[in-house]
Amino acid sequence: MKPPPFEYHAPTTIDEACSMLGSQEDAKVLAGGQSLVPLLNFRLARPRHLVDVNRVADLDRIYQRDGGIAVQALARQAEVEDSQVVARLCPLLSSALRLVAHRVIRNRGTVCGSLAHADPASELPAVLLAVGGHVIARSVRGERLIAAEQLFKGVFETTLAPDELLVEAWFPELIDPFAILEESRRHGDFALAGVVRSGQHLALFGVAPTPVLADPQDPAAGLQPSGDLEATPEFRLQLVRVLTQRAFAA
Amino acid sequence: MKVNGVEHPAPTDARRLLSDHLRHDLGLTGTHVGCEHGVCGCCTVLLDGAPIRSCLMLAVQAEGHEVTTIEGLARDGEPLHPVQQAFHECHALQCGFCTPGFVMSVVGLLAQHAKPSAQEIDEGIAGNLCRCTGYASIRRAVDRAVELQK
Repeated sequence: MKPPPFEYHAPTTIDEACSMLGSQEDAKVLAGGQSLVPLLNFRLARPRHLVDVNRVADLDRIYQRDGGIAVQALARQAEVEDSQVVARLCPLLSSALRLVAHRVIRNRGTVCGSLAHADPASELPAVLLAVGGHVIARSVRGERLIAAEQLFKGVFETTLAPDELLVEAWFPELIDPFAILEESRRHGDFALAGVVRSGQHLALFGVAPTPVLADPQDPAAGLQPSGDLEATPEFRLQLVRVLTQRAFAA
Repeated sequence: MKVNGVEHPAPTDARRLLSDHLRHDLGLTGTHVGCEHGVCGCCTVLLDGAPIRSCLMLAVQAEGHEVTTIEGLARDGEPLHPVQQAFHECHALQCGFCTPGFVMSVVGLLAQHAKPSAQEIDEGIAGNLCRCTGYASIRRAVDRAVELQK
């Protein structure tokens, strides 16, 4: 067995899922599993309970709401990528999804899962931040809306409470010029650095513990990216400057 | 869960990965396991017709779904599946370890794009690693599979 021991739960309604998350100590939500299962296989994550929401009914819709696009927790990245309504209202999201891993991964991975996972080098959190979207979190205590600026707290860390389920992400209709550009060592890898432009807004990823909003005129100001085998901090700052220039030249 | 058209009981242990379930419990060792964290693509199988990584899914999650492995493309005695035939003709393998994953990914790619462009082919196979061929013969095999599928 690769994953460490856990107790497996497969609720069929949102209420059931929330009550499990509310009553079990150390429970983790399993949706697409494309980030969580590798962590389990490496035994980097050892949750006592896994709440698999894949059998929850009516949680896979992509629909128009409040002048934008709502993507529910079980909508697969590939479905959102292929969605005509997403392409029409928020083409930035369609473009961003093509940069997320590979199609085979996107067949299973979810948009909401990427947001809840909050990998600082991933595309979707930065998109949500750049466009000023929000997520909806549900628990037995009720429902609350969390704006993108309030969602991302640290590396792999969000302001979602342990008993909350991220049921929906919302992206406003995009009318401005937009771009998402990133640089990675191999196609489909996490970015060394990336930029998202939505109108005059700029969000960066891969250069801080969370995605961050930045000034398009001076995008690298105040940044202290980390260095690793693949890129030095200076190289990441250079990427931010060059990619921002390209995103705003268009 | 249905595997290659045959109904099988779900595994009793929730920790069993789908890849391990296929290989160790069902004896379908055509699905190869390389990295076990979704990077190499060797373990790619079809879930309800769409390619997925079997090492990134618990076997219990496949309950009620249909899984197709490399063994399910052409049974013993049957002619090879067009994608397998194309890999054979174009020498799109050397050691063969990555081949089942490539074949399943390409089956998925051709289901999505009947006639993929060069870029769509590259993107379709980018999630699978091959350390022998240099990919040129694999690209050719995808083109050949398109011809064979006509």
